[in-house]
Amino acid sequence: MSRANTLDRRAVVAALLAERGDLLVVAGLGAPNWDVAAAGDNPLTFPLWGAMGSAAMVGLGLALAQPRRDVLVLTGDGELLMGLGSLASIGVQRPANLAVAVLDNEAYGETGMQATHTAHGVDLAAIAAGCGFTRSEAIREMAAVEALRARLKARQGPLFAQIKIAADTPPLVMPPRDGALLKNRFRAALLGADAALA
Amino acid sequence: MSGAQPHDWPADIYAALKAAQVKQVAYVPDAGHARLLKLCAADNAMRMVPLTTEEEGVALVAGAWLGGERAVLLMQSSGVGNCINTLGMIATCQFPLLTIVTMRGEFGEFNPWQVPMGIATPGSLELANVIVHRASEPARIGDTVAGAARLAFSSYVAVAVLLPQQLIGAKTFGK
Repeated sequence: MSRANTLDRRAVVAALLAERGDLLVVAGLGAPNWDVAAAGDNPLTFPLWGAMGSAAMVGLGLALAQPRRDVLVLTGDGELLMGLGSLASIGVQRPANLAVAVLDNEAYGETGMQATHTAHGVDLAAIAAGCGFTRSEAIREMAAVEALRARLKARQGPLFAQIKIAADTPPLVMPPRDGALLKNRFRAALLGADAALA
Repeated sequence: MSGAQPHDWPADIYAALKAAQVKQVAYVPDAGHARLLKLCAADNAMRMVPLTTEEEGVALVAGAWLGGERAVLLMQSSGVGNCINTLGMIATCQFPLLTIVTMRGEFGEFNPWQVPMGIATPGSLELANVIVHRASEPARIGDTVAGAARLAFSSYVAVAVLLPQQLIGAKTFGK
């Protein structure tokens, strides 16, 4: 491991989602899904159970469609590494209402904790900065997590955070996995029941 | 006396997308889409979203729909191969997907490296639960796209319109 990683992933996600209000959340495949579910099931969370590498772009499409709402993508280092080009595509659009937060444990947690590229020093925050994110940072303290949430509320995006967390495996908490249900309840909560009639 | 003007099918596609209220245009450029891309870019109601790879567009379309907007994905047939795993999300969540695919690797192809994916494009899409329309007749392309858009956005399915290489003309590399 490159450096000591001390933050607790569940505490990080709980802080980002505290009093979430009308925040829209896209959760990436794997443990970020369990972390978001552990913070409480919510129809305005869209958890990806597949399509690895897609979380950031789902967040972009959502942020462009809903410029008056804050959109938080919570994903893992392995998931983001599979779609690194997404950071460049977000950098072209530069939506102020989008934050991409990577829970970086430097490992593929669902497949046996094999090292990801970040364990070898690949610097996701530097890549995001180079792609034109307004602010990009590596976070190792809870105070910085809380500041990230405040900056999203202030529409200072696009924001990127590579949050260094401990490589542990908290208890599994699963969101629903029926994709049509997840999509339809998200749209109903965001757009109203009439969305089903559009 | 000049000959008949070639049918302006890119304008017909643009009109069909406009009528379908498409707001996000995700694309990896292709020569066959060049005029359509210009028409969309000139429309302030359409957001152009260039991609680094085509599967980004599949994810973008899903996010747009979650947010209440309609999107289209423009690409060439080589890009279809990049999309396959991500298309699983479209099928399992019943997201609408409209994609317009310019074909390479078929009629008059000069570059042999384009041929395998070109040949595999319709079958790959169908295996990934995408309904495939092929629009060969220039005067019918607008209607085909309009129908594909209605099918996708009203019935929550993925629909691809393939524009054959014979329509667009094969790239010759000056040979």
